[in-house]
Amino acid sequence: MFASSSEPPTCAPTGQAIHLTGLSKKFGSVQALEGVSLEVADGEIYGLVGPDGAGKTTLIRLACGVLKPDAGSVSLCGFLMAQDTEQARAQVGYLAQRFAIYEDMTVMENLRFFAEVRGLKADYWKARARQLLDFVGLAEFTSRRAGQLSGGMKQKLGLALALISQPRVLLLDEPTTGVDPATRLDFWRVIIHLVNQENLAVLVSTPYMDEAARCTRIGFLRNGRLIREGKPRELRNLLSGKILELAGEPLPLLIQLSKANQAVENAQRFGNSVHLRVREGKTEETAQQLQEAIHHAGGTVTRLQTIEAQLEDVFIALAEEMG
Amino acid sequence: MITAIRAHNLTRYFANFLAVDHLTFEVAAGQVLGYLGPNGSGKTTTIRMLLGLLHPSEGEAQVLGYDVVSQSELVRSQTGYMSQKFALYNELTIWENLAFYAGMYGVRDTRQISAILESLGLGAIKMQKAQNLSAGWRQRLALATAIVHRPRLLFLDEPTSGVDPTARRSFWDLIYELSTQGITIMVTTHYMDEAEYCSVIGIMRAGKLQALDEPGHLKASIPGQVWEIYVEPLLPALEAVEGLPGIVHATLASDHLRVITRLKSVPERLSSELSSKKMQVQKILPGEATIEDVFIAMQ
Repeated sequence: MFASSSEPPTCAPTGQAIHLTGLSKKFGSVQALEGVSLEVADGEIYGLVGPDGAGKTTLIRLACGVLKPDAGSVSLCGFLMAQDTEQARAQVGYLAQRFAIYEDMTVMENLRFFAEVRGLKADYWKARARQLLDFVGLAEFTSRRAGQLSGGMKQKLGLALALISQPRVLLLDEPTTGVDPATRLDFWRVIIHLVNQENLAVLVSTPYMDEAARCTRIGFLRNGRLIREGKPRELRNLLSGKILELAGEPLPLLIQLSKANQAVENAQRFGNSVHLRVREGKTEETAQQLQEAIHHAGGTVTRLQTIEAQLEDVFIALAEEMG
Repeated sequence: MITAIRAHNLTRYFANFLAVDHLTFEVAAGQVLGYLGPNGSGKTTTIRMLLGLLHPSEGEAQVLGYDVVSQSELVRSQTGYMSQKFALYNELTIWENLAFYAGMYGVRDTRQISAILESLGLGAIKMQKAQNLSAGWRQRLALATAIVHRPRLLFLDEPTSGVDPTARRSFWDLIYELSTQGITIMVTTHYMDEAEYCSVIGIMRAGKLQALDEPGHLKASIPGQVWEIYVEPLLPALEAVEGLPGIVHATLASDHLRVITRLKSVPERLSSELSSKKMQVQKILPGEATIEDVFIAMQ
């Protein structure tokens, strides 16, 4: 749809569109980030997850150049943010959780304003704006005031504004927080198609584990450090064989006995069953002990089996790990 | 079985707009009902009618045995409501906030206020001002204000919006604790993983209740089949699959595609179409349905 040549655009020659090295940032006495390095290649969607206050927003703000690091460097498509600031910033499309659109201007006026601020010529941005509006599904609403759009449509306009200058790098800070599931699906459909069409590198923070599961790779931030990184599958494998599903009656008894077992690191109710995280290598032994303890206490077990870990299980486990 | 909520043809128009369209359902006491649906599908309107804050245009409902129109004060005296945009007094302490809400419900017993704070883990920080609390603690305090009068039914409207997965999980521990005490809970959420925590799920779309069942039953009876397709190159394959007949939904799942088909068998066209476009299909495996898949397949 967008490509004019047969080759997708790339950040040649490295192919590493986003290159963050040893980033640290302190706010007052709070060390928000400490020595974070990560890379995102063209065509990759990198998901940033972690507890509130772990440093996700700070990292994205450093990456787009609105904050300066105390140490470390940001390089976008080979341009160093600290030295080639203009060129580095020109590579970036940025959508924050709370983003600015002019509610009393129409959709097209918003696009025009952002394009002109970016210094784009009319013959370029007009064609680009039409493509983007088609793409995000706002083509019929060019003359509607932005303030009259629904929440989902505003967000798509925000995305179109971020993309007007055809950036190589897209930075998204919790773009779908508080958005309903149907709209979230739609938003991700647009992002994935953009990555396919324009070979963008995307760095996105999200509190939704189902969104993290879509990403090519995930980085887990905690207390300002990147403590784990990998494909969703690799992260789930961290807990391979450690998650037990337990169902039976009565549930409160099952939970109580599970929590009392020394090898059970975490017991969470999950609807009509309980998910247990068991210490490494203790799964079979623990299952046996629980079975006996529950029968002994007059309860019943209808299901007790290992299940595949979900990303949420991994999140909780990593958030709990000490140090 | 005791019925906590009984709705019969419950309907609400706003001018010509049909917000809630003839809902008929029952919720047994002690259940945790997850109420899902896009924005504008009628979830909050339903809750407001069940609280007796908004009169139905047609139909009727009983909550805890009381009629929501003629006995709405009785309904509200025995139900709790935590709204999406809950109001806390920033300059008041946790204790003062809760004492204020308790007073509105006629609760004067300070031991009851203390007991609620302790049960939600707020006891140790009760003298802190609300403005200094993190999102997770604010949410607990909001829950405290909704249960300070010991309601038998609790409506939670997107209670976990904007808090991280760890805080959401511990919030759900509290929900289960209340449920174990026999309190019926009706909760709306935008997190599909939370839907799986509920004992019953209702799915709303355009004012209609499309389904009401246990999560396991909903997943087992999904209209269609989920497939995990490993194919290279991935994103062009996604675009190719999306256009095919019989495909309900296709999306990226990190290193493979997740596809919902209308029929239970792999559409012949799927492999042949991908192969004809010179894409390397490595494997196609049947996938386990999630509540999100059910939600999509019901569109």
